[in-house]
Amino acid sequence: MRRYGDTMIKAVAFVSAALVVFITASLIYFIVSKGLATFFTNGISIKDFLTGTRWSPEPTSEQATPLVGSLPLISGSVIISLLAVCVSTPLSIIVAVFITEIAPAWGRKFIQPTIELLAGIPSVVYGFIGISVLVPFIRNNFGGQGQGFSILAGFLVLSVMILPTIISVSTESLRALPEEWKHASYALGSTRWQTIRMMIIPAARSGIITAVVLGLARAFGEALAVQMVIGNVRQIPTSILDPVITLTSAITMDMGYTVMGSLWNNALWSMALILLLISFFFIVSIRMIGRRGSLR
Amino acid sequence: MNVRLADRLATSIFWLGTVFVLLILGFLLGYILLHGFNSISWHFLTSPPETIRAGGGIGPQIFNSFYLLFLTMIITTPIGLMAGIYLAEYAGRNRITEAIRLSIETLTSLPSIVVGLFGLLIFVNKTGWGYSLMAGALAISVINLPFLVRISEEAIRDVPGELREASLALGASQWQTIWRVILPSALPGLITGWIIAAGRVFGEAAALLYTAGMSSPILNFSNFDITSPASPLNPFRPAETLAVHIWKINSESLVPDVRQVADGASAFLVLTVLVFNIAARWAGRYIHRRLTSDLNN
Repeated sequence: MRRYGDTMIKAVAFVSAALVVFITASLIYFIVSKGLATFFTNGISIKDFLTGTRWSPEPTSEQATPLVGSLPLISGSVIISLLAVCVSTPLSIIVAVFITEIAPAWGRKFIQPTIELLAGIPSVVYGFIGISVLVPFIRNNFGGQGQGFSILAGFLVLSVMILPTIISVSTESLRALPEEWKHASYALGSTRWQTIRMMIIPAARSGIITAVVLGLARAFGEALAVQMVIGNVRQIPTSILDPVITLTSAITMDMGYTVMGSLWNNALWSMALILLLISFFFIVSIRMIGRRGSLR
Repeated sequence: MNVRLADRLATSIFWLGTVFVLLILGFLLGYILLHGFNSISWHFLTSPPETIRAGGGIGPQIFNSFYLLFLTMIITTPIGLMAGIYLAEYAGRNRITEAIRLSIETLTSLPSIVVGLFGLLIFVNKTGWGYSLMAGALAISVINLPFLVRISEEAIRDVPGELREASLALGASQWQTIWRVILPSALPGLITGWIIAAGRVFGEAAALLYTAGMSSPILNFSNFDITSPASPLNPFRPAETLAVHIWKINSESLVPDVRQVADGASAFLVLTVLVFNIAARWAGRYIHRRLTSDLNN
């Protein structure tokens, strides 16, 4: 009887874990099959999809074949998330080093929990603050084609949003360094700055890079906060004040208004496929960084 | 440059940088809460939104958010816990375990708007439910589940091995050990994790826009017949949540006091999430103390 109960429970636990695999597999199946339908059913060439800049999925009189050029979306996503990471990374490293090496005891006790608390602020709230403070500020001070809705607004909102993520993960990796290494560095007569620059940051490098990749992944996948402040114009931007569109914001705007199975809808799934592939890329990079970090 | 001078300079840059970041984050929080307090009133929190006039509230949206959270946690907590038990207690080092871990990582890093797209196809269209609480709860479950599995696994792994060995040595079966020894010791960690997960679900919007929908029918809060479309408890009615409401009124609302409604709704949302996070820390510590009578922690 007891043996029977044990086997039962093990089976239930296994089925639950298998369910996670099943959900993931079906997600991937639908994204891949619907995402590829754009190319195989609707006959759009992959090159046109990735490098085209014109978007007109319904054929018109002067244009016989539908166009779903997505370069503006892809470039928008890449530009905004890379700029966000560039702003956030140095600030995050400064805060992480401050928390672990410089802050007095009260600072440690107070700063890290506060920052972790802020990681929980929902992304629509970031978008709302962006739309009510940042966008009018940019409109009044810099102008620009998008009336404030711009790349600048997008990446600033994102850079604040990913700060807590990068800070928490880098702080963890700085904490994990053996205390003796620091003692050794100080015993050799290094100043605190020399210790930070030549010992602490290089030693925690893999953890910090992981933190940055996690922040980049979060920025790349964020939809609403970005969609609210970037203006959503399908164009290749020429200035930081231009409105722009990203993969996630295009999906947000169009998914409710397109018919399942139409080219437009399939193109949205192709964008989801790009996002999926990029997620895989981030997962693989984090694993490789982790493996390299643990070998040393 | 003199090394002492460089050290001082670097120290002051670290101070400045940190103060700068704290100021930004403090400004964010202060802005939301100060603006919000002016628009929050009992009337605002309990009355339904207006479509064209000023003076609407967010009552149904608050109810929808909590009800959706409840449905999601009912779906994901047992599955997450059992899957966490599997990974921590049973899983060997093999292909299957590797597939489970890779799935969890994939689900965690997939943008939530993609899950929303998937939910629109499967839970809204293929099931024929239309925009509904249940479709929303299932979509959010996809996002929440990997998080809960990870929390459960970590909480269970944190239980000292000696407890497990002692229990098994006394002749308890594996399931008795898990149920009577490991889960009670893991409880503080589990509760903390569950509450943090609840806070994340509460703030999620992207996956809900086209699954739970962006409208709420007129609700009759004295109607407890869950099959009636006007009953707040009916899981197959459309339900706009608080986070979705903030997004929607900012992009397409006609009411003249959009700003005030959005201010109030954001403040309420942020306050609730903060309460969840603070409660998570406090609850974990409290339960740990009650279970172990360890007064130092």
